[in-house]
Amino acid sequence: MANETQTMTQTMTVSIWRENGDDGRFEKYEVPARENQTVLDVVAYVQQHIDPTLSYRFACRVGMCGSCAMMVNGSPRWTCRTHVSKVVANDQLEVAPLRNLPVIKDLATDMDPFFEKWVAAEAVFHPSKTRHDPMAAITPDDPMRIAASEAIECINCAVCYAACDVVESNPDYFGPAALNRSWSLVNDIRDDGQDVRLAAVGSNGGCHNCHSQQGCVQYCPNELNPTLSIAGLKRETTKALFRRSR
Amino acid sequence: MLDLRLYMLQRLTALIMAPLVIGHIAVMIYAVQGGLTVDEILARTQGSVAWFLFYGSFVVAVSIHGAIGLRVISFEWFGLNGRALQLFSWAVFALLFGLGAKAVYAVTFAGVGL
Amino acid sequence: MIRPHRTHPLWFAFLLHRLSGLGLALFLPIHFYMLSLAISAPARLDGFLRFTDLTIVKLAEYGLVFLLAAHLFGGLRLMALEFLPWSPHQKTMAALAVAFAFLVSTLFFLKAI
Repeated sequence: MANETQTMTQTMTVSIWRENGDDGRFEKYEVPARENQTVLDVVAYVQQHIDPTLSYRFACRVGMCGSCAMMVNGSPRWTCRTHVSKVVANDQLEVAPLRNLPVIKDLATDMDPFFEKWVAAEAVFHPSKTRHDPMAAITPDDPMRIAASEAIECINCAVCYAACDVVESNPDYFGPAALNRSWSLVNDIRDDGQDVRLAAVGSNGGCHNCHSQQGCVQYCPNELNPTLSIAGLKRETTKALFRRSR
Repeated sequence: MLDLRLYMLQRLTALIMAPLVIGHIAVMIYAVQGGLTVDEILARTQGSVAWFLFYGSFVVAVSIHGAIGLRVISFEWFGLNGRALQLFSWAVFALLFGLGAKAVYAVTFAGVGL
Repeated sequence: MIRPHRTHPLWFAFLLHRLSGLGLALFLPIHFYMLSLAISAPARLDGFLRFTDLTIVKLAEYGLVFLLAAHLFGGLRLMALEFLPWSPHQKTMAALAVAFAFLVSTLFFLKAI
């Protein structure tokens, strides 16, 4: 307890976005300036000690579930794995809901549009076999397996979606995460839906809108490369066009 | 916004223009020395089928490329969409192609009795 | 326009590509119009070409050639990104595109003055 009081003497100000069916605004809170704390720790402190009505979303706290992403000082971050000391700028910390998604309340965004676009981009598996068929044999050194591996391990945190300016300016655009998932399925030889998938990623909201700004690559917490995946989709849709015209 | 068809047109015209732009820059660096005059330009281009094809294909490609480029910018930055966007894209194409074709004709065959 | 999440080199490469394209598209109608004067009003075009001898106009031309070269090399970078095997040197390639554009347009400027 003595230790707690001691650390309480050092405080910092955090600005947190508050919105509840209104226009929303930043509100300032005084929180302990601990040497070792994450942005999520700060948000949790405000909710537990200052204002219990603050809404935010988190689950695992270890960077696996993808539910705690927020805008931190203007950049999208997974807050549970983002240390305050790494992102604080001029003693300022500003936490806002993820960009490019509708706000439900305070820091919690409505993820529906994000996931609806996964389905629209045909980022869903189309099985080609039943449980009665033998397992598909895919060797680890298969080039398609390697290409698929590079695009998996996405935790659906929507950090890339919030980083993307094309998503901001084009509400139809599927965004980096959905297209990245589509690309991993293009490389899945067990999948039986390639034609509908290529038609989907070549449609109005598809991969051809990407300007390769690579904000998704810059901010992906799992260091995935959606721009590479989208480039792959651009190549495959182009090839399919020539296949069709023959 | 950009579907496969417009994307392909944009990349195709870009590929056509890449060597043309390199040629254009080379000619500019060569021709600008000592200043430019009308006679100097016409001496190079007038009656030349090669320059007509060079600048002619350049104008066709740049009209398409510029129209698609401005289409994306006016959609993403200025919120133009639907019919207005369609009309705008075609107007840009028509303007660039019309003025470009006139310019190419002027420096190649306009003063030449055919 | 430049917000925190955009402050990385490849976003600036995008911005340069977009602004250079926009600048060139706005310049082209004037360029075409002036050239079409070669036959209809050669004296006016010659008058304009003498006006381009001014240093300030030469500087403007330097800018235009830079925009053209930046759009060319930036565009080649984008098409390489899309159609060639992925390179891990994205930022280097963007920097090289700007460097080449600077080199070529400076060569033009040195020949022009």
